[in-house]
Amino acid sequence: MAETLLTIRDLTKFFPGIKALDNVHLTVRTGEVHALIGENGAGKSTLVKILTGVYFPTGGTITLEGRELNFKNAIDAQQAGIVAIHQEASMFLELSVTENIYMGHHLRHPKTKRLDWKGMREKTGELLKQLELAIDPDTLVKNLSVAQRHMVEIAKALSLNAKVVIMDEPTSALTTREVEDLYRIVRQLRKEGKAIIFISHKFEEIFEICDYYTVLRDGQYIGEGKVADTSTDEIINMMIGRNIDHMFPKKDPNIGDEILAVENLSQLGAFQNVSFSLHKGEILGFFGLVGAGRTEVMRTIFGIDKRSGGSITIGGKPYAPKGPHDAMAHGIGFVPEDRQRQGVILSMSIGKNITMPQLSSLCRFGITNAKKELEVTKTYGEMMEIRAAGWHVDADTLSGGNQQKVVLAKWIGTNPRILILDEPTKGIDVATKAAVHEFVSQMAGEGIAVILISSELPEILGMSDRVVVMHEGDVTAVFDRKEMNQEQIMRAALGETKEALHG
Amino acid sequence: MGDMHMKNTRDGNILQRVSKVLLARREASLVILLAVILVPIVIRSPQFLSFTNIDRIINDISILSIVAIGEFFVILSNGIDLSVGSIIAFSGMASGMLNEAYPQVPVFFLLLLGTGLGAVMGAVNGALVAYGKIPPIITTLGTMSIYRGLTFVLSKGTWVTAHEMTPNFIGFPRQSFLGISALIWMALIVIVVTYYFSRFTRSGREIYAIGGNATAAKFVGVNEKRIRFMVFVISGTLFGFAGSLWTARYASAVNEMATGFEMQAVAACVLGGVNFAGGAGAIPGVVLGALFLGVLNNALPVVYLSTFYQTLVQGMVVLLALVINTVVDQRKTRKLLEQRRAR
Amino acid sequence: MAEQRDLVAKTRLIQEAGWRNTLIELFTKWEVLLGMIFVLMVVFFSNLSPYFLDYFNLMNATFQFSEKAIMALPMIFIIMCGDIDISIASIIALCAYAVGTASAAGVSTPGLIAIGLAVGAAAGMVNGLLITGFNMPAIAVTLATQSIYRGIAQAALEERAMTKYPSQFGFFGQEFIPGTMIPFELVLYIGLAIVMGFVLHKTSYGRRLYAIGSSPEAARFSGIKVKKIRIINYTLMGLFSGIAGVLLTSRILSARSNIATSWDLEVITLVVLGGVSINGGKGTMWGVVIASFLVGYLKFGMGLLKLSGTIMTIVIGTLLIIAVLLPRLLDGYKNNRKMRRQQAQAALQSAHA
Repeated sequence: MAETLLTIRDLTKFFPGIKALDNVHLTVRTGEVHALIGENGAGKSTLVKILTGVYFPTGGTITLEGRELNFKNAIDAQQAGIVAIHQEASMFLELSVTENIYMGHHLRHPKTKRLDWKGMREKTGELLKQLELAIDPDTLVKNLSVAQRHMVEIAKALSLNAKVVIMDEPTSALTTREVEDLYRIVRQLRKEGKAIIFISHKFEEIFEICDYYTVLRDGQYIGEGKVADTSTDEIINMMIGRNIDHMFPKKDPNIGDEILAVENLSQLGAFQNVSFSLHKGEILGFFGLVGAGRTEVMRTIFGIDKRSGGSITIGGKPYAPKGPHDAMAHGIGFVPEDRQRQGVILSMSIGKNITMPQLSSLCRFGITNAKKELEVTKTYGEMMEIRAAGWHVDADTLSGGNQQKVVLAKWIGTNPRILILDEPTKGIDVATKAAVHEFVSQMAGEGIAVILISSELPEILGMSDRVVVMHEGDVTAVFDRKEMNQEQIMRAALGETKEALHG
Repeated sequence: MGDMHMKNTRDGNILQRVSKVLLARREASLVILLAVILVPIVIRSPQFLSFTNIDRIINDISILSIVAIGEFFVILSNGIDLSVGSIIAFSGMASGMLNEAYPQVPVFFLLLLGTGLGAVMGAVNGALVAYGKIPPIITTLGTMSIYRGLTFVLSKGTWVTAHEMTPNFIGFPRQSFLGISALIWMALIVIVVTYYFSRFTRSGREIYAIGGNATAAKFVGVNEKRIRFMVFVISGTLFGFAGSLWTARYASAVNEMATGFEMQAVAACVLGGVNFAGGAGAIPGVVLGALFLGVLNNALPVVYLSTFYQTLVQGMVVLLALVINTVVDQRKTRKLLEQRRAR
Repeated sequence: MAEQRDLVAKTRLIQEAGWRNTLIELFTKWEVLLGMIFVLMVVFFSNLSPYFLDYFNLMNATFQFSEKAIMALPMIFIIMCGDIDISIASIIALCAYAVGTASAAGVSTPGLIAIGLAVGAAAGMVNGLLITGFNMPAIAVTLATQSIYRGIAQAALEERAMTKYPSQFGFFGQEFIPGTMIPFELVLYIGLAIVMGFVLHKTSYGRRLYAIGSSPEAARFSGIKVKKIRIINYTLMGLFSGIAGVLLTSRILSARSNIATSWDLEVITLVVLGGVSINGGKGTMWGVVIASFLVGYLKFGMGLLKLSGTIMTIVIGTLLIIAVLLPRLLDGYKNNRKMRRQQAQAALQSAHA
């Protein structure tokens, strides 16, 4: 008889300016595989971080086996029996599988206190055998494939006597055969009475092994139910159903000639045969779910990573950047996804951040000119309406929204022909979001070609003139504004190509 | 089970299995390199592999092995200890001076003194790094000067010569037990003890964890401060021990002794496959690295190079080892990335 | 009544925070602290020895530290970017060997200088290319080249010393600007310090150094050519080591393979003492210049007091550790005050509510 194992009620989490979770409910029983569904930004990872003790909830309760939980840190969560399997594992690459599982609680011979490698190896072997994995316990983790590392993480969770195992997009880097292995393991865990919270956007998986589901949208609890009683359409409806018309100030587009053409671009291991074109004054949306490969494509265009095949032309001329400086020389700007590590230099002032890409042009013989810099800073800083005590203030004192404005100001200042924005409104308060959208429209209106990577359907639908949808490194569909609708885009993102969509 | 079946060492015929196991470890490439270098040398000078010569080489590297192992633990934890030479000097000087002033003190106690002093100096390093949170390179840069200065203060500028020390002490390293010199026995004991520590104790393994992935280590409950402190105490202890042995072996204690020795210690580690980023390496590798250096130095006259070529040859070998290690690692990572999406 | 007193105390705490904060900000500024220590040192030594504040003595003393101070300048660039170079003393040895050999072969002074600088720059460039080309840790690579460069000099020179130099050659390391008592070396140092300081603080190159040190990824994403800049830094380091090598050789008119041993770590000490964070991204030229003079005159003063060189090493080692430890302790103190102030403010607000 399945009893309730984990109950989450009214869970709320505030970040400065953002409500990440708004009274979310979740109920998981023993021996149940529970799918947690939602778009990027729906609140799934915040929920997981709270369950694993990384974040503290602002409100709400979490009950495990009838006892209310209050984690002080990640180790507390682990000891309570809640374990999460991460994508990029927290593993010790130079150590063996056995040791990765046993670090922190090595087994010892009772009398001599000498480490009992034989015992640990045997137990690990048993664990691996239980999961039917033919991995040698002595193999160093660095020599394992991503799929195998995943499996080892699961084995580790088992060794820690986990009661609730959280799997976050576990199959995004696995082959079909490896996915079958994962299913087998999940079924086994279920048989042992463990509860599994399975986060995935792949419907075939959800319908294959999940028993129940809960849908989140914009940080809110939308609904739950038995997987057997529902359909893909119903779930998609819950994921995206909302009013989207009035949020975006879409100006009438003034689309000009083609400025960027990408043909059969490939990067081994990241994406393959990507082709698309970009026009002046156009906002080209790039939609996809985790692991789709959009960022990787843009990094290649911006010169950070190398391509393994294909070609790019700008304004008709072949383009092969040797680095970001080359891309910038061709008029490309890139607002990266990781704002704090790649977008701004936190320990430098707003002014210095804004002038950084165009520093050379503001200098005479390389000598900096504070007056010119201040002019530029003021122009673009005010254009973006950055709120701060002064231009000399360090960037790390700013809110996320203002930091993003700094990044935007910095790139606008370079007068780009092509501007690539990677998740520009992720983790930003609503007011700044609207400002960013207004701004992007304006720039497109002035003839700049914009590529907008986003995982938020409303944003894509509201802003884009056309949408390129990617799925696991392939371009599955390109939609024109007239033919865009949420469901088709979502299906394309889930892997159905345009041909399949139109039958 | 399909793709899960890769890399299982129980596959393949004997030759494949052996080479797979060997090449999987960094030390293997060193052994091969060593063998390759030895061939022309032995051809030109067969007595290179004579018992006396091998004995000489191993005696030469005994102290280096002990010191390199100490440095190994620090590098393993993602740090570096530059105060090696100074700790050796201070303990060595102290032992020498004690022997001079009180010749009746037994050898055992002299060794203990050096070791104890080294432990204290290591503890100071450890405290500054673990609790003062000062980066190891700066801490040991500072203590390197301080300890060396204290050596001068201790000796009041003088030094201890062979005549001023007892034959018991000076002769100790050469005393033979079961055909092997006491010095080599000391090194062997250190190797065995530290090997046991690094493979069969929790703390030993936690050093690997902290060096490999400090965040993950803390996540599973490893006490970072304690480990970082311990690592320097270990290295200090070993350096101190080596210091007493040094004075005995070279029958002198001068203020400048062991200057620059940190470079040899680190070189032995690099050759032995210890990764500067931390978390990788093993005692056998370090000993092999020291052995490699010993063979190199000893082989110089065979190829008609004066001992003045020692430094240059060492540097080139270390650079070569570095490049090889880096390129091999990069190639492995690239292969793994490519496997990722190979459907 | 008690409540009112409490409120008054809390209000005062917040008000006082104003000027007290400024004072704390000022006094925890590294350069100011260094300056104060410098002044203290001057007072200390001038009280203990009548020879300290003698113009000629002070000028003469700079010979002992000018070369190291010159090498500290490009080392700032290197450490600022998060790199390190411990092969610099060996580059001096290599340059000294090259210059000595050339001199023995009859090359004239201008040629000797050119050779010294060229060899240094080349050695530095090799460092830079190895580190950036293979993506290897700087400390490991420069550890190896440290042995290689000095090894070349050792293998070639063995125990010998090169002592044949043209007569004019001695000018750079020994002489003064004609008519004054100011040593050429000192003038050269000050000139180079001004140039390098200008580059660091007032040019785009310098700005980029700070960016690379603060956040190498963001720097790259902003179009900064990180690899190229690192190679330039190492080449500059080699060049300045060459300058130091020429000056040193010119001063002592002799070159042995063990020349300038341990200078690498001394130069790094100067830079770190000067307030440049070992992780990069922070520091000023002023700090390093003050630190160079501080250490230089500290040694001079201790020499006057007949304190052995060994006490000097102890003092400098201790100074280095305190210099790094102190800010961390002060930071902790600052954070405590900030927290207490914030708590007081919160309490005040809820009291008024």
